[in-house]
Amino acid sequence: MATALDPRTLAMAADDADFRIERHGVWKRFRRHRLATVGAVVIGLVSLVAIFAPLLHLQDPNAIDQVHWQGYPLAPGIAGHLLGTDENGRDLLARLVFGAQISLQVAIFAVLMELTIGTVLGAIAGYYGGWVDYALMRLTDVFLSIPLLPLLLVLTAIVAATSTRASLSFGVIVVIIGILTWPAVARLVRASFLSLREKEFCEAARAIGGRDGRIIFRHLLPNAVAPIIVQGTLEIANVIILESTLSFLGFGIQPPTASWGNMLANAESNMTIAPWVAIFPGLCILVTVLAVNYLGDGLRDALDPKLK
Amino acid sequence: MVRRSLEAIPLLVLISIIIFTILHNAPGGPLAPYLQNPHITQADIQRLSHNLGLDQPVWKQYLGWLSKVATGDFGYSTSNSEYVTTAILERMPATLFLMGTAFTIAIFLGILFGIIAAVKPYTLLDYVITTFAFFGQSMPVFWFALMMQLAFAVNGITAFGYHVALPSAGISSEDTFNIGDRIQHVILPALVLSLLFLATFSRFTRSSMLEVIRTDYMRTAAAKGLDRVRIIVRHGLKNALIPVVTIVALSLPGLVAGAIVTETIFAWPGMGRLFINALGQFDFSLLMGYLMMVSFLVVFFNLLADVAYAWLDPRVKYD
Repeated sequence: MATALDPRTLAMAADDADFRIERHGVWKRFRRHRLATVGAVVIGLVSLVAIFAPLLHLQDPNAIDQVHWQGYPLAPGIAGHLLGTDENGRDLLARLVFGAQISLQVAIFAVLMELTIGTVLGAIAGYYGGWVDYALMRLTDVFLSIPLLPLLLVLTAIVAATSTRASLSFGVIVVIIGILTWPAVARLVRASFLSLREKEFCEAARAIGGRDGRIIFRHLLPNAVAPIIVQGTLEIANVIILESTLSFLGFGIQPPTASWGNMLANAESNMTIAPWVAIFPGLCILVTVLAVNYLGDGLRDALDPKLK
Repeated sequence: MVRRSLEAIPLLVLISIIIFTILHNAPGGPLAPYLQNPHITQADIQRLSHNLGLDQPVWKQYLGWLSKVATGDFGYSTSNSEYVTTAILERMPATLFLMGTAFTIAIFLGILFGIIAAVKPYTLLDYVITTFAFFGQSMPVFWFALMMQLAFAVNGITAFGYHVALPSAGISSEDTFNIGDRIQHVILPALVLSLLFLATFSRFTRSSMLEVIRTDYMRTAAAKGLDRVRIIVRHGLKNALIPVVTIVALSLPGLVAGAIVTETIFAWPGMGRLFINALGQFDFSLLMGYLMMVSFLVVFFNLLADVAYAWLDPRVKYD
């Protein structure tokens, strides 16, 4: 019987029971949110197209149609360009698909970085409290008080000007976005850790001499994961918008590499004669971001019914 | 509350240190604009950087900047050939006009939509408003701007027998001040800038109002036989708006970011465009001044949100 009363077994049993109850209704609650399901399907399709872009027999996204292009965008359907070409005679459909690759990759890697930094620092702040917490929270205050877009623009502009390479690499944008956006995640994780560390199972884990690292990552983190997933999903939507805004203003992904944002950069000057150049890339951003936001909303309802 | 206000000072100092350090890594530093000028020799650059104290260690330069700022001097803007404070103050009215119009639209319509959706939850009307809010929050501002220009400015639009064509750039088409002309120019950029906030405020108002409607005091008011509109406005709205006030104050950083994009697309002569121009030339003093000003506004409005919250909701107490 000694094993049954072992605090570790008790703690694990408690965690397990919680987890099972949690998991039970998740899928059902998610399915009830029909638009979230639609969102998940749309994201799935966009991702599949982006991943398998090289297999789709598209035209070269950076190649100029030397035969037909005469200095202005070709209309949709002309000369085998399903969605027409941009102002440089490059196939719009191919650029949209390869642009999806870039935009999604930036979003996914930047959010992974943001979640990792935010979770680790938030967990440390919430678990240890005291001056560590105070120092980390003041740091988040600083980051959250400087408006994100101007700061991002300044950083990318500086890196672009100092780097020896001609174009801003995609990794730089990921790292800059990741470094600047973690504080919101850190605050979220800290808040759950503040309440979790007072729970009995945490005390039990400490009583049997569990190391801090193990308690944080094995016992507390799994119980704080729901809001992190929800926040992470919504952040993907934010980062897609951020990256496209940066690229639109000329401080993000640099041409000739296509991104949904920089495809719109020159669209304004041709809008009277070629509205399709301006319409399609933005439509892609809107549909993808909308799908991610609906997915996030559905996940919030499913994973954490207490949240609004 | 006094303690919280005092905490804002070290916060702002910390922010200024970080921004100063970042900007200091810009190629060419504060002298970047001169480096492109072929008439300026290497010796001139060295003389300039010595005269301006740029050969000193970074921390010394920072302290120099700080002591000047304490007297209200943010330095000289090389890209505009005028003082930073003058450059910013010149553009401020245009930006405030744009932001103010956009914010007024967003607050008024956002709260109205939120109330309507909450009073008739899960009806077609609620569904339309909620979907609209989702679209608004997912819309890339710059693309929405392009689409509005395409619809209303490029060719104009004909509806109900009226032909509407709105200006797509600038703040005025005449040199003399004309209120009607100004209003025509502000409509498109203000609508574009307001969309995200309209969506956010309506979602917040809806969920806050839904919570309030379920409370006991609302049922009591209904049981007393009060008029439904009166209950919603007098008893419901007053309480439901408390969290909305906070979100309005916290929306400021987003408004600043949105203004940068909107002003760039609509050629609006405001601070956002000033910032983008300064960025292209690494105008150190101006970038520093602009970033400090917007950071100050954010800190100030966060504080204001706290004060307003404690004042509106007596249950909240700060030490």
